[in-house]
Amino acid sequence: MTHDALTGGFSDAPTQSARAFRAILDALSRPGTIVTVTGATPPAPLSQAAGLVLLTLADGTTPVHLAGAADTPAVRDWITFHTGAPLVAAAQATFALGTWDALAPHDRFAIGTPEYPDRAATLIVELPSLSSRGPQLSGPGIRDRATLSLPETAAFKANHALFPLGFDCILTAGNRLAGLPRSTKVESA
Amino acid sequence: MTDQSYNFAYLDEQTKRMIRRAILKGVAVPGYQVPFASREMPMPYGWGTGGVQVTAACLVPEDVLKVIDQGADDTTNAVSIRKFFQRTAGVATTEATAEATVIQTRHRIPEQALTAGQILVYQVPIPEPLRFLEPRETETRKMHSLEEYGLMHVKLYEDIARHGSIATAYAYPVRVEGRYVMDPSPIPKFDNPKLSDSPALQLFGAGREQRIYALPPFTRVVSLDFDDHPFDPSKAPHDCDLCGAAESYLDEVITDDAGSRMFVCSDTDFCRSRREAGHVGRLGETAGGGA
Repeated sequence: MTHDALTGGFSDAPTQSARAFRAILDALSRPGTIVTVTGATPPAPLSQAAGLVLLTLADGTTPVHLAGAADTPAVRDWITFHTGAPLVAAAQATFALGTWDALAPHDRFAIGTPEYPDRAATLIVELPSLSSRGPQLSGPGIRDRATLSLPETAAFKANHALFPLGFDCILTAGNRLAGLPRSTKVESA
Repeated sequence: MTDQSYNFAYLDEQTKRMIRRAILKGVAVPGYQVPFASREMPMPYGWGTGGVQVTAACLVPEDVLKVIDQGADDTTNAVSIRKFFQRTAGVATTEATAEATVIQTRHRIPEQALTAGQILVYQVPIPEPLRFLEPRETETRKMHSLEEYGLMHVKLYEDIARHGSIATAYAYPVRVEGRYVMDPSPIPKFDNPKLSDSPALQLFGAGREQRIYALPPFTRVVSLDFDDHPFDPSKAPHDCDLCGAAESYLDEVITDDAGSRMFVCSDTDFCRSRREAGHVGRLGETAGGGA
């Protein structure tokens, strides 16, 4: 374990995680809203926002999957030290982290069961940037329409078609994040 | 000041993470009841332990908290929960609906329209709308998964057959986004229309039954009814005797043993702000000093 693995976490977990959760809650309950967050400095290639989501929500009871370039020894050490989350294969993951391409194929993640749709994975999708230009979003949390820069539309449409099953996404770029729950209908711009 | 013997907002971090994950899944599937590992709280079940746990998981130090019990800010349940968070989270509190960022409520939705950025946390005794029709959890879970809600319509129909109208006056079942049938907690059906398309986030916590569910802002919520017996959000046909409001939900108060009674707003903050603005009801002058 490197020294870096021990740094970059919360200095005051109760209040920092509370503020981080409110930002994540805001993002997921209002799809299309982009929020700015602070508090975590994870090792590269993780974004601050992705690191913060894990610090806030992951622990020993939530298996995490690292996809593609996100799966480095430094990241593994950092997550293990700060959250205690077990690192697992995609199908067992509660949280999966990586770029959109690295997470493919996206149908390998847990989507819940008809009786327990909450037993579905949350994907933390690392994007180069986040903006409100892109495909149209509608559904719960959105007044009329919203737009968000998504990496594609087909996979999100397929995921929404499974509702109430399906995975939920937190899109992260730098210190900003946005939410895309399975309830959101995605249409090409 | 926060009591330093407690973690921020009372609960330990592991518990808050578990509740937070449940809240997020509830937001992702509006109206679906997410199981969570409800903790023992320093108050009995039935006193809002579910709502308190949801509030504790959501609070940030900058929040301004309002707690109401049947619309009132000054009843035992509301006062004790407000003090609990003053002591364990150090948050500011208020009685004014517009100033609050988080509002925990027992069985009412404030009269004043909520705004974006506010969170309304409901205390829920029995979260399962089908429970009194089907006691087995395995069966109700299957009914929700198959969208098999015929039994609920039979119940409402039997109301009509027996009483001539749908007699359910509170905890009136709703359908969320055309999918899940949900118990809106025992709010009067008068409040049901306010559930739909609210700019505020609405979270529901049931402590004893260990369930959390959510309505994101601008979620479509429809009260169940029939074409020939449409939903009627009725209220007592009176004006408030203190502030004269005609459109607010009223409590009936018996004032002596000779049958005298008065009707007053159940929402104390709404009533007080109206009286402060100069509105006077039928008995307003004599009762106005209590504000």
